[in-house]
Amino acid sequence: MAVSSWRMDVPGLDGKCGQASRAAADLALGQDALLTNAEVTQANFPLPAVQNLDHFGKKVEDLVKPDHGTTTLGFIFKNGVIIAVDSRASQGSYVSSQTVKKVIEINPYLLGTMAGGAADCAFWQRNLGMQCRMFELKNKKRITVCAASKMLANTMYSYKGMGLSMGSMVAGWDPSGPAIYYVDSDGQRTKGTIFSVGSGSLYAYGVLDQGYKWDMDIETAVELGQRAIYHAQFRDAVSGGTCSVYHITQSGWVKLRGNNHYDLHYQYYPDGHATSANSVI
Amino acid sequence: MSRWSPYDLNGGTCIAIGGEGYCIVAASTRLSTGFSILTADKSMILEVNDKCLIASAGFDGDRSQLHKVLTFRSENYEHFHKKPMSCPAMAQMLGNTLYYKRFFPYYTFNLCAGLDDQGRGCVYTYDAIGSHERVGYSCQGSGKDLVQPVLDNQLKAPSILELPPKVAVTSLSQAEAIETVKIAFSAASERDIYTGDAVEIFILTPEHGVQKEILPLRRD
Repeated sequence: MAVSSWRMDVPGLDGKCGQASRAAADLALGQDALLTNAEVTQANFPLPAVQNLDHFGKKVEDLVKPDHGTTTLGFIFKNGVIIAVDSRASQGSYVSSQTVKKVIEINPYLLGTMAGGAADCAFWQRNLGMQCRMFELKNKKRITVCAASKMLANTMYSYKGMGLSMGSMVAGWDPSGPAIYYVDSDGQRTKGTIFSVGSGSLYAYGVLDQGYKWDMDIETAVELGQRAIYHAQFRDAVSGGTCSVYHITQSGWVKLRGNNHYDLHYQYYPDGHATSANSVI
Repeated sequence: MSRWSPYDLNGGTCIAIGGEGYCIVAASTRLSTGFSILTADKSMILEVNDKCLIASAGFDGDRSQLHKVLTFRSENYEHFHKKPMSCPAMAQMLGNTLYYKRFFPYYTFNLCAGLDDQGRGCVYTYDAIGSHERVGYSCQGSGKDLVQPVLDNQLKAPSILELPPKVAVTSLSQAEAIETVKIAFSAASERDIYTGDAVEIFILTPEHGVQKEILPLRRD
């Protein structure tokens, strides 16, 4: 193991990475795998030569402070699925970006959301996009939300205990109708109709549960999603930036809203409005 | 039990600004450890080709290894594809290179900047484990907390996430952008002990390729 830890890692261009990811895809597709699951874990990712990887991982995390912090939500209603997210990323108390794209467009019928470590979410959902495309080519039909979310959950489970951080919703429309699955880095995978994930999720749930009705029209549902994210951005310090809202129907997803938090605040609470929080009485 | 500590922090600040028809990449040249200055002229910018540069702040050991790996891969790419690597392609590869060290990261904070296929400036900003995003301008390194708010104030463009879409490229001219970079560095060298000695400024344009300029900073 010490030898493989210190090997110079050359995935990108020389075909080695291609081989390993093909093996990973084959694994997910139930094909003859070149590598066992444990070897896939080791093959591409050099590990430090330490006794306690968990301890090392925590110290590194303190040092490099990867991007964190989020509010995301998704719900199913009569007219499809709504996904709404904020766009702030922070490293400790520093706001590292206000323009993060937290909805990952896996394919025209599937969306993934990002909460937790930005790199972990972005990398593995890009990987999921590849696995879904492989499935399409092999089976000549689109992958179901159920199967796609399970591929992501399997990937997460194979890295369990290694410090990945991801809380994601995989949402989409397949022949059985609309679906949302919650998948996280512990390997948990749950089907549901209303989810909110991230540090601001408590605030979002408050608004969402209060306003949710199954037979809303699309405009009401979009407005509910946006409002829930707005309130989370307002009360949660590590959520903010732009609020994006997506709608999924049987013809795929469309992005319907993209509004700056600042503009939303003055839309919901014009100056002098009595319910404007923190106003001087 | 012996303490194994594979990382150090050598300081330094880098800035990149992408505009319509130009890109500017600048980085300070001081290399420090703790309260000591190791050298006054250490470049932290890698010239990948005349369309793409990479500036890395953080730990010098990891930086030199990372730059070696990236140089190797971009040369490989040129041999395979008979063309230099584009800036967006390099940006994705840098992201993957960093992520493949997810469990033993390169302690580097990178900017990948250059010109895209249309000759527009493009800047990508990273965290240490490969999360990245295309932006109009960005700043990394020890002076980030001082410089980034100034850039936000002078250059802020609407978010690309907004609907209806708005133009999200800085409206500054090339000369104004260079001046902003120079002011930002001399200001950072006044208050950040790890930024000083000099700053290398690279200017990329489709017409003139890569031009380099050096601006002296405080040496104390």
